[in-house]
Amino acid sequence: MNDTRSPLQSFAIYLGAFLILVWSGGPFIWQFSTSFQLDKALTSGSPSLIPHPFTLEHYYNAFVEKELHRYVWNSLVVSLATTFLCLVVGSLGAFALSRLNVKGRFGILMVILSVSMFPQIALVGPLYLVATNLGLLDTYTALIITYLALGLPLVTWVLFGYFETLPREIDEAARMDGVSIPGLLWHIILPMSLPSLVTTGLLAFISAWNEFLFALAFTSNIDRQTIPVGIANFTNLYYVPWGDIAAASAVVTVPLIVLVLFFQRHIIEGLTQGGIKE
Amino acid sequence: MTAAATLSGAGRPRRLGKALPSALWALILLTPAFVSLASVSFYPIVNGLYLSLTNTSLITQEQDFTGFANYAQLWGDAQFWNAWWHTMWFTFASTVLETVIGLGMALILFEAFKGRGLVRAAMLVPWAMPTVVTSKMFGWLFNGQNGIINYILLHAGLIDQNINWYGSADTAMTTIIIADVWKTTPFMALLLLTGLQTIPNSLVEAARMDGAKGWITFWYIRLPLLMPTLLIAGLFRALDAFRVFDLVYVLTGGGPADSTETLSTLSYKVLFSTLQFGYGSAVSTAMFITEGIIALVFVLFLVRQIRRAQ
Repeated sequence: MNDTRSPLQSFAIYLGAFLILVWSGGPFIWQFSTSFQLDKALTSGSPSLIPHPFTLEHYYNAFVEKELHRYVWNSLVVSLATTFLCLVVGSLGAFALSRLNVKGRFGILMVILSVSMFPQIALVGPLYLVATNLGLLDTYTALIITYLALGLPLVTWVLFGYFETLPREIDEAARMDGVSIPGLLWHIILPMSLPSLVTTGLLAFISAWNEFLFALAFTSNIDRQTIPVGIANFTNLYYVPWGDIAAASAVVTVPLIVLVLFFQRHIIEGLTQGGIKE
Repeated sequence: MTAAATLSGAGRPRRLGKALPSALWALILLTPAFVSLASVSFYPIVNGLYLSLTNTSLITQEQDFTGFANYAQLWGDAQFWNAWWHTMWFTFASTVLETVIGLGMALILFEAFKGRGLVRAAMLVPWAMPTVVTSKMFGWLFNGQNGIINYILLHAGLIDQNINWYGSADTAMTTIIIADVWKTTPFMALLLLTGLQTIPNSLVEAARMDGAKGWITFWYIRLPLLMPTLLIAGLFRALDAFRVFDLVYVLTGGGPADSTETLSTLSYKVLFSTLQFGYGSAVSTAMFITEGIIALVFVLFLVRQIRRAQ
């Protein structure tokens, strides 16, 4: 295809690619640079991409004044527990749908997928009442149980899609050798599915890490609030601390970006295979 | 779309061992997923429907069945319709922009060029970033006094004074749409790119042989073949855009002067600020119904497209 291109076409393609790169990376790079600049420089009227003078003041504020590390800890606990449970419950379900003779399995899969389209605001009120009655407000448990159900549809779909690509001859051979059904999942299917488990685990982790609505409704103090709630509440009395916000944004986003860049090929494959879902 | 394709390509499930234990195992293995989805997704929907027919309030502690009183109130509630129109406009504008710009990006990525892997990787950044962070980031970029966007536009001569983007009722919704388009378009492009890659190249080559120019092959071959992918991606995007909450709640909180109030933020306020769980549930149920209608319209379009293709 390359050889049929005129110089003008080549130029247009590289220009387009450059614009996409600026679109995707520009705003965050700006935010990152903001996090190293003094408030005085930020409001000086002549913005600069290179921090001058360079300062770590905003990171100091974010961790010491706003106790960002406590939100990070809460988010880590909730997201890791959610990821683990999503993988366990999701792989059991996906295995049953893919490998055991389940009647109406496509119907079941469609129902599971349609659940992920429910407006979450319609769930939050009734769940808030349940959490109140069970004494689960301001607990990790309430968030983990909710995030498990929110992440499950995508995890089940992607794992199901992956399990379907594993040859069935393997199952039959194993069954001949007397391997039980749980043994088949544990000793044969799961070890073969490690790449897919990593991808789906990452997707479940990101969705729990980023979730805002339920965390906002179910938690009311820093002991249990997650990062999105913490950052949303990052305001000072008389002004908006843009520098501090930028520092906190960088702290919670950079690890995600590194993970995503590292696993990008798997993520794109996993997401497109598991249906189109953000 | 791709999911459906993978599924229909898979062989029929073969039986493993005896039917009874296998069926029993299936039940046992599926139970945790069913319990989770039933209690956190289905129960709240049904319970919300019931609550919407009551005057439940956490302040007065009442919980009496009032029939359709909440819906009657909703029908005449200017705030509700205000939020309804905003949500529809947001959904429409962001879905159209994201699909069109996303298609443009996908067409560029479809071409081979140096550094394509880097560009594709960078495109995942907006998607991976927490929406709350996106919201705060746009709060800074579009800041009325010191925002870089105003600075650029001013120095490029495109505006003659700073725009108070999300601080003014005229431009606040536009700012939110821009933020959403920024966050979601690259991901949309990656989905459309995988759709483009499934179109057999031989068709395009054949048309080229017959002397068809670039945009003709795009308009008559690639675009029609991509239509089902576009519609499905658009459907999922529209359903997701319709639920917009984080972006609005963090950037403007529905203001200024309710100019960015959407159904999700309105429901949230009725539920958790006024604690009227009955009325709040009516708002969210009305939202659920609207979302169902949107999905139905898309599916009808899709079915027609597929019929026409056959």
